[in-house]
Amino acid sequence: MIRLASTAKAALAAALLTAFAFVLIGPLANLALWSVAERWYTPYKLPVTYGTRYWEQVFRPTGDAMASLGTSVWIAVLTVIVALALSIPAGYALARLKLPVRALFMVMFLLPQAFPSVAIYINVARVFYQIGINGTVFAVVLVHAAHGLVYSVWIAAAAFAAVDKDLELAARNIGASPMRTFVTVTLPLAAPGIIASGIFVFLESLDEFTGTFFVGVPQVTTLPLLLYNAAMGGNYQVASITALILLVPSVLFMLFIERFLRADVLAKVGA
Amino acid sequence: MSQRQLALILIAPGLLLVAALFLYPLGFSLVSAFTRPDGSLTLEWFAKAFELYSGDIVFTVIIVLASCLLTALAAIAIAGTLTLGENRWVVGTLKALYRWPLFIPFIVAAQCMRTFLAKNGLMNNTFVSLGLMDPLSATSFLDWRGIIATFVWKQTPFVALLLAGALASIDRATLEAGRNLGASRLRVLVELALPQVMPTLLVALVLSFVTMLSVLSVPMMVSGSQPTMLTVDMAFRINAYGDYATANALGVITYLISAGAAILYLKRGMSKEAAP
Repeated sequence: MIRLASTAKAALAAALLTAFAFVLIGPLANLALWSVAERWYTPYKLPVTYGTRYWEQVFRPTGDAMASLGTSVWIAVLTVIVALALSIPAGYALARLKLPVRALFMVMFLLPQAFPSVAIYINVARVFYQIGINGTVFAVVLVHAAHGLVYSVWIAAAAFAAVDKDLELAARNIGASPMRTFVTVTLPLAAPGIIASGIFVFLESLDEFTGTFFVGVPQVTTLPLLLYNAAMGGNYQVASITALILLVPSVLFMLFIERFLRADVLAKVGA
Repeated sequence: MSQRQLALILIAPGLLLVAALFLYPLGFSLVSAFTRPDGSLTLEWFAKAFELYSGDIVFTVIIVLASCLLTALAAIAIAGTLTLGENRWVVGTLKALYRWPLFIPFIVAAQCMRTFLAKNGLMNNTFVSLGLMDPLSATSFLDWRGIIATFVWKQTPFVALLLAGALASIDRATLEAGRNLGASRLRVLVELALPQVMPTLLVALVLSFVTMLSVLSVPMMVSGSQPTMLTVDMAFRINAYGDYATANALGVITYLISAGAAILYLKRGMSKEAAP
């Protein structure tokens, strides 16, 4: 009797887990199927002909997708440079220096993420239009950097706070200048956390749709915009392949984030 | 130069960017929502927003609330199983699976669901193949149900991750004591574990709430028809009519909705601090 009950329980657990896996993997599997479906129409439950025709079309060196990928990566790299240039000094100040109204400054960096962003972006686009930079890579980089700043500043502050102060003091004691101490001791020790924040900002920029939709159009076409245009145009194959390209860095990051962001740094984020 | 001055100089460039690209446009949206072109104060844009989009305002609030509720339930089930599960195989499989959508962009999630939930998508096809559904009764879920499904699919891993982290750090002894006294695992989860991690759950849900209010791609791609969410209406007012005043009035309404969520959260935090 007890064995029967435990078998039933195990069967129920297995059934629930299968249903969960179906809900989780199903949408991704459908995406993958569309990317290799050359023809797929009702009433067929699976693609009628499979093939890599659309992959060849997307990866053709002269194709839209390669140009969009290039634009996306270029924007993401510039965004990381801008965000880190702003957040390394800001993070150091927040972690190590006496700062009046420190909590208020921390919240300031969070605000762009804590507000519904569409209403902000339409006005950013209006201002950019007036000063004539709408539709430029520069404008998109600025928007992405402002959006990503909360991650880079908060994580940089946590990374600097996790550096052992005694090591800095030791360097100062043997005669290193404050600047030299920062460059040769503090910065290298905080580097893993700062690199993690850079990866975060890179991904945020790569995936960003709403800001680019208002500020970048019509000249700047990033991968998310290409995906949107292809999907709305009814080209499911190109949309699915673009989506798969965007998936790769996201999933890799999910699998490896714990390597980059150590627990002692993570515990100090936002503190 | 004092340390304070140095600190302010170091932080200033970052703050300037936030001021220029967030505070200034925020002020701009407020001014635009409450004034006529000649600069006089008015509420007529709000009247117009309510007249045209009151249905969408209600629709947006219901979608976001329902998504948050379902996300919370799913996240509690996942985090609870991860913490209190006794079958190592189940816990291991769940742990390996549940985080997959965590960093998947909303626009990719939207494209996945557009194909998965369609009338002839993989979901209906699987049900038909398994004999669970009659082919003729297959319907498309690409409406409000699709939006909720996409939001829950995308946000559950985030809430579950934070919740599982919080559950892992509470005192195991209380939970073991409850189990030893004969309480079921469900009861231990609901009565002993969850009250201790409520603050974490609420923070995660408030963040998810604001995120869902900001997403443009999911309502545009998953459900094309009316009614739709306020983000789509704002984009439409701008792109079709260049009507910034009404779009900004709708924007102020979305600020108020998200402020409502934040106030509910803060109020709870304060009443808790006031309690002995």
